Amino acid sequence: MIAATIPDLAVFFVGAAIIVVGALGVILAKNPVHAALSLVMTLFGIAVLFIEEQANFLAAVQIIVYAGAIVVLFLFVIMFLGVDKAEDITTEPIVGQRPIAAIVVAALMASIVALGQLGHWMVGTHASTTATTGNDVADLGRSVFTTYLFAFEATAALLVIAVVGAVVLARRVSPDELSTDEPEVAQVPEDLGATMTAGEVEQ
Amino acid sequence: MNPITVPSISYFTMAPMLVLFVGSVLLMAAASLLRHRLPEVVSTATSVLLGLGALVVSILQWDHLIRHGSSSTVAGALVLDGFSVFVNITVSCAVILTALVAHDYLARLKFDSAEFHILALLSASGALIMGAANDLVVVFLGLEILSIALYVLVALNRKNEKSAEGALKYFVLGGFSSAVFVYGIALTYGATGSTNLAKMGTYLSANVVHRPGLLLAGIGLLAVGFCFKIAAVPFHMWTPDVYEGAPTPVTGFMAAVAKVGGFVAFLRVFETAFSTQQSTWAPLLYTVALLTTFIGATSAIAQHNVKRMLAYSSINHAGFILLGVVVLTKAGFAGSLYYLFTYSVMAIGTFALLGVLGGARDEDHDLTSYRGLAKRRPGVALSLALLLLAQAGMPFTTGFLAKFGVIEATVAHGEIPLALLAMVSATISAVAYLRVGIVMYATHDVPTPVSDGSSFKDRAEGSLLLEVEPVATTHEVPVAPTTGLAIGICLAVTFYFGIAPGALLDFARQAAQLLR
Amino acid sequence: MNLLGTDPLFVNGVSWAVVLIVVVKVVVAFAVLMGAVTMMIWFERKAISDMQSRIGPNRVGPWGLLQSLADGIKLFFKEDLIPAEADRFVFKLAPYLVVVPAFLIFTVVPVGGQVTLFGHTFDLQVADPPMGILLVLACSGIAVYGVMLAGWASGSKYPLMSSVRASAQMISYEAAMGMNVVTVLLVANTLSTRGIVASQGGSILHWNLIRTGFVPFVLFLIAVTAELNRPPFDVVEADSELVGGFNTEYSSIRFALFYLAEFMNTITMSAIMVTLFFGGPAGPIPNIPHLRWVFPILWFTVKVVAFCFMYIWFRAALPRMRYDQLMDLGWKRLIPLSLAWMLLVAAAITNWRWAIGVLAAIIIAAVLLLRAFDLGGARELEDQAVLPSIGARPLPGYVLRQLTDAEEVED
Repeated sequence: MIAATIPDLAVFFVGAAIIVVGALGVILAKNPVHAALSLVMTLFGIAVLFIEEQANFLAAVQIIVYAGAIVVLFLFVIMFLGVDKAEDITTEPIVGQRPIAAIVVAALMASIVALGQLGHWMVGTHASTTATTGNDVADLGRSVFTTYLFAFEATAALLVIAVVGAVVLARRVSPDELSTDEPEVAQVPEDLGATMTAGEVEQ
Repeated sequence: MNPITVPSISYFTMAPMLVLFVGSVLLMAAASLLRHRLPEVVSTATSVLLGLGALVVSILQWDHLIRHGSSSTVAGALVLDGFSVFVNITVSCAVILTALVAHDYLARLKFDSAEFHILALLSASGALIMGAANDLVVVFLGLEILSIALYVLVALNRKNEKSAEGALKYFVLGGFSSAVFVYGIALTYGATGSTNLAKMGTYLSANVVHRPGLLLAGIGLLAVGFCFKIAAVPFHMWTPDVYEGAPTPVTGFMAAVAKVGGFVAFLRVFETAFSTQQSTWAPLLYTVALLTTFIGATSAIAQHNVKRMLAYSSINHAGFILLGVVVLTKAGFAGSLYYLFTYSVMAIGTFALLGVLGGARDEDHDLTSYRGLAKRRPGVALSLALLLLAQAGMPFTTGFLAKFGVIEATVAHGEIPLALLAMVSATISAVAYLRVGIVMYATHDVPTPVSDGSSFKDRAEGSLLLEVEPVATTHEVPVAPTTGLAIGICLAVTFYFGIAPGALLDFARQAAQLLR
Repeated sequence: MNLLGTDPLFVNGVSWAVVLIVVVKVVVAFAVLMGAVTMMIWFERKAISDMQSRIGPNRVGPWGLLQSLADGIKLFFKEDLIPAEADRFVFKLAPYLVVVPAFLIFTVVPVGGQVTLFGHTFDLQVADPPMGILLVLACSGIAVYGVMLAGWASGSKYPLMSSVRASAQMISYEAAMGMNVVTVLLVANTLSTRGIVASQGGSILHWNLIRTGFVPFVLFLIAVTAELNRPPFDVVEADSELVGGFNTEYSSIRFALFYLAEFMNTITMSAIMVTLFFGGPAGPIPNIPHLRWVFPILWFTVKVVAFCFMYIWFRAALPRMRYDQLMDLGWKRLIPLSLAWMLLVAAAITNWRWAIGVLAAIIIAAVLLLRAFDLGGARELEDQAVLPSIGARPLPGYVLRQLTDAEEVED
């Protein structure tokens, strides 16, 4: 185990504080856009911790992928759907939800603390920390093409499926697909077409 | 820097999943590169042929396995053993049956047929990955491939709001459970230093973990992830909504494939990696199994919607299959595997019938619309009744032997109270199945078409007095030949292996023995 | 290897002198960049007015050189307006989210070689982190937020549309940009910007421009131009459609920050292009004692100015693209092409058999892809369009007019 120095600790606590404040912001912000921004803050905190752990590549990818793409898409959806208004969160949608949630959160926190007391992070010969060469990109590439080769390829399959799924769901439904016994849905484009040809004739 | 040596890859081990995945990608390419929509016959035939191809390869794998024993490939990420071949065969059968069932359904509801088959094949390939995975990361990826395709399949019925509702619930809860699963992977990796199941098992059997907090938390989180996928109580909440909302052939597919993939991965992870920790997690799963059987059975009775009823009954079945995980003996595995195969077949057959009975829009699944079904459509009613009785555990069906197998293994392991309670739950759930039978056979009411002016009573009396054919309601759907074939296969399998169980039981036993 | 990278400055541990040098480097970089931006604005205005046969700024200072400074002072003292509907916090935050990444990108650009001063040898670049080039991608990812939030926080319709356009455009082109960076990395074998420059040492034939085969540079150039929202990809501020872009509601110093960031990004991205493809500060160094260190800086500056001029030229010469054409170009042309070229380069590095195999696969994939685009476009117009199709163009004005006229008659 690497002994923690004072700068290490300082960086860790700053990173951790950023993460926690951001996470609280996500759930406490009334405005969805502010919540999304708090999420970005959390992701930055995680990137700081990655750097602290000398996982530079992961830190950069964390920012590029999560902050640079995923949360931007969140914001996109929020803006496009027009739900970017502050919401009243004083009323509970499900009665008793919040007390129960509070209890569950307390229980989870307690178990995390208990884990800290009971847990023992592996640092034996199995631990991957011993196998590093100091160049995290090279290490990552190496394990992706050896130990995790199949997982890497399966991820490609997973992405294909995700894209296919998204396209299937987002595809505009053709009218005949929507109507088994209500033909009026299919009529809409034709009506418009009729209006148009009439217009052209008038001209 | 020394060059990277790529691990050896046995394409034979991966063949079934490659057949399904590559096949579906080719089907997708064909569908997108042709100017006209692919005819339904073509996509169904492709799907059936791919299923048959995977089945043939799986049988070759079985042959290889018997002669040469199990093996692992791609740096230990995948294995070829009894479990994986069992999953390959079961899922291939499920793919073929689902393709047959869906053929008529897709045409009737005007779905894009290629889309359905592509997603079903992709989803099935995910189940195959789960079945062969020997690494937690691969298990997770298989789980996601299976699930993501299923989310979309559930949402496929755009005419029905419940379809979207079910899909959304499934997606959100599924995403949450996946996150829990990944957290579990991270913690067990931290505790054992590997994600490879075999290495974890070796590490845990060679070392005594003095401060097992991380390990236990990891195991617990992994169990939660699996329990969600197999719909075990208390992570079963999504099941009725999703089963009800999904297009009916999808429900059958999901009941078969998702359960097979989830359970086999569950069995493998807990046997290969965590068998040394059994004393700590067994009580937990004991409770879960007990709750699952009981809540599934009792909730099934209270349902008016047949699809929801079957959803709860599937939860009850999941409880039974879970008994094999709890006891963690070879006999238990054999029982669970046998149960999985027979349940898959029964579920696909049952939901195929429900798809026919659901009407032109697949919406009439209320129990009341089954009244007098025996009079109106004796063949359909008889098939449904037989499949439901088989699910209830009637002797001379595979359903009976399946329940018998797991109960026997549980008793042999000394968990007699658990076995007894499970049997009680089976009796309770039988009430739910019998109720459907009674509604079909013992009532003579024919549901009136909505537009009909005459009163309900008149119509009923009239049809009784004059002995005429009961008036077919407007939405009655004939059984298409393909659907009929699939249902026939399901019935044949259920009864043939119920009367002459030798071959299938041997298969399950050997598969359980040949676990790597 | 730590975040500080391979800078010889840190070899002997961190002392006060080292910290001082770092601080000086940061301050100098900041000052140079600010100065460069004012010059860039002047240069752009002057060059464009020459191309358009105008005179351009000529009042403040010699040849109008101090015009930007005067504009800056003017903006600084203007009234600071925040619209009533604005989200005040985000509105104030957004300009900084644009400016800070623009500065940060410049920190990883190697401006010159190594210099020894007071016994300390150091790189002429603010920082050389081991994942240097990824920092560039990360910063351009963050810059999206500034644009997006500026439009949203204004609480106004047109800025919102503009910001949605901008962010969609920037994310889309980031993918193409990243893939071309990967092609360079395949050749350079390192992520560090200094390493990339070092790998291009020697003659002009070692420049990545040649080694990666021109195509990645062209694709990267297009992607970067779109990423910068510069003409011909400046649909973000298409004044004829969107009033003035995402910063319409901004005034005073906040507006100045956006303006500053835009030009700063142009300079830094030119610098990145020079680093990736043109050997950075590489160039012939005449053997003049004590002044050898000047020449790399000189070469670097010359190359960057050439690119800046090219951007100005683009602006003067090219008409603006339509938004759907822009997205089509990004997703359907740039990304597949970048991916294909990246695979080809990777295969060619391995051996020529692979290269031929990959080339064949790419050609087949390209044919299939083109067929799919063709079909997709046709299908979109045939049975799914709500309005009847009229060829490959959107509705012409007269059709729309007739449609609205018909509605009015009904009313």
